Amino acid sequence: MVDRLLGRSRDREAATPAPALPAAPRDAMWARVLLARNPRRPHTLELVAGIADRFTELHGDRLFGDDGAIVGGLARIDGRRVVVVGHQKGADTDENIRRNFGMGKPEGFRKAIRLFELADRFGIPVVTFVDTPGAYPGAEAEERGIADAIANAILVMCRIRVPVVVLITGEGGSGGALAIAAGDVVVALENAVYSVISPEGCAAILWRTSDRAPDAALAMRMSAADQLELGVVDFVVDEPGQGAHVDPAETARRLRAVIVEQLDRLAALPVDELLAARHRRYRDFGAFDDLGEPEVAEPAERGGLADRLRRALEPVGKTLGGLGARDGREGRDEPPAREEV
Amino acid sequence: MPITLPFRPRRESYPPDMWTQCPGCSEMLFNKHLDKALRVCPSCGHHFRISAPTRLAQLVDPGSFRERDAGLVSRDPLGFVDGKPYPDRITGAQTATGRKDAAMWGFARFGGRRVAICALDFTFMGGSMGSVVGEKVTRAAEGALAEGVPLVVVSASGGARMQEGTLALMQLVKTVAALGALREAGLPYISVLADPTTGGVFASFAALGDVNVAEPNALIGFAGARVSAGTIAEELPPGFQRAEFLLEHGFVDRIVPRSELRDELVGLLDVLAPPAPADGGAGSVRRG
Repeated sequence: MVDRLLGRSRDREAATPAPALPAAPRDAMWARVLLARNPRRPHTLELVAGIADRFTELHGDRLFGDDGAIVGGLARIDGRRVVVVGHQKGADTDENIRRNFGMGKPEGFRKAIRLFELADRFGIPVVTFVDTPGAYPGAEAEERGIADAIANAILVMCRIRVPVVVLITGEGGSGGALAIAAGDVVVALENAVYSVISPEGCAAILWRTSDRAPDAALAMRMSAADQLELGVVDFVVDEPGQGAHVDPAETARRLRAVIVEQLDRLAALPVDELLAARHRRYRDFGAFDDLGEPEVAEPAERGGLADRLRRALEPVGKTLGGLGARDGREGRDEPPAREEV
Repeated sequence: MPITLPFRPRRESYPPDMWTQCPGCSEMLFNKHLDKALRVCPSCGHHFRISAPTRLAQLVDPGSFRERDAGLVSRDPLGFVDGKPYPDRITGAQTATGRKDAAMWGFARFGGRRVAICALDFTFMGGSMGSVVGEKVTRAAEGALAEGVPLVVVSASGGARMQEGTLALMQLVKTVAALGALREAGLPYISVLADPTTGGVFASFAALGDVNVAEPNALIGFAGARVSAGTIAEELPPGFQRAEFLLEHGFVDRIVPRSELRDELVGLLDVLAPPAPADGGAGSVRRG
């Protein structure tokens, strides 16, 4: 039953007819990225209209303004009360300009925070729709504290005492996606993608040209199936036909079934258990080994007078070679090698 | 055998280990003097980037730092290859720095007060946060919580480590969740933002200090210049994303020169933190 609804769980079903994707894995991955970005793909408000019995949009962050790139409001889904928050891309150029291509600004994330807190206050579960190239990287966003807004949105999502269901419906672009994507269960549509940085940004850093974005997309393993394997995503929902854009109504119907099922499952958990499980879900992320090296002695580079005297009295050859203990790289004050957005 | 020239060589030709040219004022600085000045240019005040061990040695009571979890090493969860496989990059950085990843954490004393402290290391792959850095910041917060002591994190990082993909992104949630627990327990957390603190590190634990303290002129921002340039056609104003810009817009509490940072933290903790146990080691405040 669950498997039928969810399309497939952790192991892929061989029976699922594979969409006609190009053979080379790089092209296949890039085709997914393009599908996730397809302008005809149903976006949050369209999906919510198909999923919810009723939806009332709420506006504004009460601090600065209303961000069209992040929408939210109150809804009923199959009778259940929910607070909805999602990125909103535009259907055409005009709307995209108004909605800033789904790239949230600080006021958008603060609106999300406001709605999360409202949900917490009234004990209403949260459903989020993630579909953004990333947070808006412009000057005004920095002036109003985009990093502060994202960090606080994540913090609030970790703390609210209501179930949180996250749906990655299109592009899960980095921090701007994550700010509304920390939840109890993370569901992705089949052709959704999720990455730490946009493939163009990754390629610009690694290869100094965004033309290599398809290589970056493959290297980052950003497809929904890859994210399922990594455990970042818990379920993948199959899309109808060639993708969600060919049948938005059917896509909404499939998402609705998953949302209802997950809301009911999470609602049955005692709140403390719910929060402990949410904490554990994120606490366990990480791929590292502990070589269990014995504790090293504390650094003693800046010694007292005795050390400095000893150093001064060291053989002459040392002074020509410089200060051996000093980290040679420190002297080079390099421009920052940005590792991410 | 070196040939002694009868004239003074050009300054640039001095052994690089002895001299450093200040990028702020182009002054040639004798490294010994620069180290003594906590690697701050004596003529223009430029703050050089420093490694995590140097930072910890400068900041905490002398000899009080005890490192934990020094043996954590990243795996390669994605099998990431760009020009070079990710494990090779890690090995290269380990050889260059003598450390296993881009953060160190442990317990130390500030003016006799016990704190959990974590320092990020820009010299190791740009201080980028992958599984190990995320784990160490999280363990530092959990260590502070377990012992009921304050937390100090010194950030210097380009952001999340691309080579670990979304697992690096998940470290944002992991670290923030740990800070949430600390907050709930009423334990103070001071975030020190050094040059540079950007991307996913700024958009998670670095932004969330009860008090945020920045070093002068440190680059602090969310979007990297190359990312911005690729995404948005917008000319960025001078001084953009510098510590002073952040202060002006209300996202850091104070800008503190490195020579005063230690006293500053001692003073902040004195007011914020529960009374320190009176067993306190070196109680006096050392001036850098």
